[in-house]
Amino acid sequence: MNSPLIHPHDLGPTPAAPLPELPDHTSRGRLERVLRRGEFAVTAELNPPDSANPDDVYERVAHFDGWVDGINATDGSGANCHMSSVAICALLTRVGYSPILQISCRDYNRIAIQGNVLGAAALGVCNVLALTGDGVQGGDHPEAKPVFDLDSTSLLATMKKMRDERAFLSGRKITDPPRLFLGAAENPFAPPYDWRPLRLAKKIAAGAQYFQTQYCYDIPLLKSFMQKVRDMGLDKQAYILVGVGPLPSAKTAKWMRSNVAGVHIPDAVIKRLEGAENQKAEGIKLCIELIQEIHEMAGVAGVHIMAYRQEESVGHIVQESGILKGRQPFRRAFATAADSEMPPSSVGMGQVLTPA
Amino acid sequence: MARVPFAFEASTKPPRDGKKFALRFWSNAHSRSMEKTYAVLEKVLRFSAPLFKAIGYERMEKPIVAIEKTIKGALFDCRMCGQCILSSTGMSCPMNCPKNLRNGPCGGVRANGNCEVYAEMPCVWVKAWEGSKAMEHGNKIMDVQPAIDHRLKGRSSWLAVSRGEHE
Repeated sequence: MNSPLIHPHDLGPTPAAPLPELPDHTSRGRLERVLRRGEFAVTAELNPPDSANPDDVYERVAHFDGWVDGINATDGSGANCHMSSVAICALLTRVGYSPILQISCRDYNRIAIQGNVLGAAALGVCNVLALTGDGVQGGDHPEAKPVFDLDSTSLLATMKKMRDERAFLSGRKITDPPRLFLGAAENPFAPPYDWRPLRLAKKIAAGAQYFQTQYCYDIPLLKSFMQKVRDMGLDKQAYILVGVGPLPSAKTAKWMRSNVAGVHIPDAVIKRLEGAENQKAEGIKLCIELIQEIHEMAGVAGVHIMAYRQEESVGHIVQESGILKGRQPFRRAFATAADSEMPPSSVGMGQVLTPA
Repeated sequence: MARVPFAFEASTKPPRDGKKFALRFWSNAHSRSMEKTYAVLEKVLRFSAPLFKAIGYERMEKPIVAIEKTIKGALFDCRMCGQCILSSTGMSCPMNCPKNLRNGPCGGVRANGNCEVYAEMPCVWVKAWEGSKAMEHGNKIMDVQPAIDHRLKGRSSWLAVSRGEHE
């Protein structure tokens, strides 16, 4: 896949329709296909709007167009209230994007979560990310009731049961199961360090097929984590996408490491930003370097870019890092072109479409 | 520091300060002997099953809960979830995690091993990992725990063990 071609599996007959079923695939989504093909996958996090206007979502996501294989719709990240994850995913599937539905256990019980999973799948969502969620005290509603009925691991097991056993947690049957690619989070940069790879194994046992990690700014720590992951053969059982993101300034970096839960930024990184003339540009340069180092690491299947309030830099970061190697992820223009130029039946398994 | 309620139930005790002594840290540090003690208790409970059955499990519930709550409350800051998994969590009660995680730590654990929510409290799961490493059957920490049954809150785990309902 060294040409700017789009794989036929990347396009359905219409942008919002599910893709044809493939053997061994649990979902009909693009992200699973890209990973199973052995491509280095790129996902990015969408900062959800504080508005009821769908154009706010489309404007933000336009920065990712043609650069990413999956778009994470965060679910009340940092325990702050924003547009819901399911709604953002539904807006994205309408125009052909491949969203990743984040589900946080903080805000709903098992009845609401399972209902949401069915609803999201019906709206064309193929990827989910099971999260525990940040504590309510860090957000804009510290007086809210924390739910935490499930935890991320039991949530994975619940969704696996819905998909594979066609049943709710209660055992009641589901007539048409949600076809999902199940994801989980891991933070190799928080204690207990020696348990983190084992926790990955536990989540795989519960149903995780891919992982997105917390921000990585500490390559040696990631290396020792990945070493253990490879020794246990876990990189063969699940795809690991390492989290990265550009730091806008040394001041923000300092604020992040002391105020955002689970973010570890070594002093050397902050020193480097402080020493730079243009801190924002240096942050992006650092991010590109990190991605290139991560790309070289055995067992890593992709990167997850969290460019909070810097969405416009994602395309530049992906391009400069060279990780796509000429591969062209989904672009809205392709879908519209394919949609108008060809009858739906002509987009078969064996064809390769050239972008318009 | 503003206190948020725990998800499981409103806390009557403030979060444990890692710098001050608490019996729960002691029990956790002696997880191996706790494990042995519990193995004996488990045998006694199973052996007593016919007796308990003769008296009636429902009639036993109230007095046993009182005893269980006192002992486990003192030793582990037990929250009486009614489906005890201390043997699988290095003798560190997971219901003391403000997110009530029963399958391992969240990603927010501080670099010093303290809780994301309560900066002064050691993470329940960091302690659980330390405790389980010292235990004979410590690898039970790798078992995937099912979603909690909220109906069992406040009921006796010991009687459930005696009835053979859980390990």
